[in-house]
Amino acid sequence: MAIPLTWYLILAAALFCIGFYGVLARRNAVPILMGVELMLNAVNINFLAFWRYVRPEEPVGQVFAIFVLAVAAAEAAVGLALIISIYRTRKTINVDRIDLLKG
Amino acid sequence: MNAFEIIRWLSPELILLITGFVVLSVDLAMRRRDEGRTAAVIALIGLAVALVMSVLLVLNNPATIVASTFAVDPYATFFKVLAIIGASLVILSSMHFMRGKSLYLGEYYALLVFVTLAVSVAVSATNLMLVYVGIEFLSITSYILTGFLRNNRRSEEAAIKYFLYGASAGAVMLYGISLVYGATGTTDLVAVSELMKTTGGANHLLGIAAIVLLLGGFGFKASLVPFHQWAPDTYDGAPTPVTAFLATVSKAAGFAVAGRVFIMAFPHFTTDWMAIMGSLAILTMTVGNLTALKQTSVKRMLAYSSIAQAGYIVLGLAAYNPDGQTFTGLNGLLIYLFAYLFTNIGAFFVVLAVEKHAGSSDFSTFKGLAKRAPGLALLMTLFLLSLTGIPPTGGFLGKFYVFAAVVDRGLLILAAIAAVNAVIAAFYYLNVIRLMFFQESEDERPLTVSAGLNFSLVLSAIMVLAIGILAQPFITWAVDSVLMVSKRGF
Repeated sequence: MAIPLTWYLILAAALFCIGFYGVLARRNAVPILMGVELMLNAVNINFLAFWRYVRPEEPVGQVFAIFVLAVAAAEAAVGLALIISIYRTRKTINVDRIDLLKG
Repeated sequence: MNAFEIIRWLSPELILLITGFVVLSVDLAMRRRDEGRTAAVIALIGLAVALVMSVLLVLNNPATIVASTFAVDPYATFFKVLAIIGASLVILSSMHFMRGKSLYLGEYYALLVFVTLAVSVAVSATNLMLVYVGIEFLSITSYILTGFLRNNRRSEEAAIKYFLYGASAGAVMLYGISLVYGATGTTDLVAVSELMKTTGGANHLLGIAAIVLLLGGFGFKASLVPFHQWAPDTYDGAPTPVTAFLATVSKAAGFAVAGRVFIMAFPHFTTDWMAIMGSLAILTMTVGNLTALKQTSVKRMLAYSSIAQAGYIVLGLAAYNPDGQTFTGLNGLLIYLFAYLFTNIGAFFVVLAVEKHAGSSDFSTFKGLAKRAPGLALLMTLFLLSLTGIPPTGGFLGKFYVFAAVVDRGLLILAAIAAVNAVIAAFYYLNVIRLMFFQESEDERPLTVSAGLNFSLVLSAIMVLAIGILAQPFITWAVDSVLMVSKRGF
């Protein structure tokens, strides 16, 4: 076993943080959604690495990763639909300019 | 356990699933001729059958089914009953309110049935995998419902804000779940509790990190500060029946899942998560109440008030005491949520009636409501008094049970802060009563209320009073419902 578990965990943590930074820093709704997808897939690396190194005899981590993929797809579908609907009425998807509700 | 047995255990969920699809097909067959009325009636019948089935199941011995991921126990049943009643009231009130606002009302009612299904899956889950899927199912259906009025700018803005916060919160929660899985190699709540013991320093830190990350997801659903930023805008912009649903049933689901996961999977971390819940309670109550004070629209004020209410509810977990005689904290949480369901749904429904009439819910539209619609003003007064926590309403009983649990645990500072907050809250609740009864209205048109809305308003009012006056059966039910979870065994 050449690559230790820690490396995978560091990669996942780094990807998760990059995704989270994208969510916080981007103003366009589509890159924000991309940031969320990055966060979800970072967690998938975690699940697969833990499955391989902690308890490889039970495929819990693999199954979980498949569920996460399915949820991520559903979330992207709904999210993009919302973004398109916003774009149709406002001609912008900049979240700073979607500011009707405040107080 | 044979297939027939499993179908029987899962019957409430299966009925909800089938009802949802039947509603969709009927809507297709009707070609939107009757503005979703048939769809709504079928949805209500399906919900009623599911309610009966879940009550019947609670008479059996509790069990976990489907590879012990799904618990059919009194705790889950309590929240299923709560969710089904909440959804039925929301459908009843929508039948008039949503008419003419959307072309796709059949889908709206189908989504309300599916969101109820999501709640009943989430509250039954005893495996982190099903917890995650249940919560995300609930979130995704809620996003669609929030943005259902596609040509309404406020509704779609509410939905996109809810979606962006929700998707990130879900990912954070998932990271927490992956840490739990990494530490134990399992996602089953009972197995996790056996493997996550506070043996070493590193393991302890990992447990705390997992709890905090999980709270990102549960706190988001329950709108606890600092995960609340979406709540005011979403509650304000969403169609009002959906707001009523999000502020009660969806919030209750967040608390139910948080309670089950923390109590069943992290019993060795009880002091840690109690402290975290205590600080969240203080933050949530204070931020919610202080911001509610300066609102100028009743709907938005109720949005902030329901954040503040989440702060009182989480006191039940902050003062959790499995060995408590009368007050275990968790039973207070259940009583509070049940009373809060009818109180807050009622309050939002009054807003809905005024909004349908006046086109907005600014403070000015409530002026002189007592003259134009005395019944509505009286009901609103009852709901506001219950939110304030004045006897003999259900809100008082809920507050009494959580505050008593806090005092019982000796957390006197927490109790004092909660009491101060309850006084601040009284100020803005009573302000609305002042507007309704002691101010002159500019608008003299009498206000009419549809039959469905009238029925749900009166039913909510009766339940608010019943919980407050005939308290005993509700207390017994809540106490019985939490026994199983506290013992963590089947």
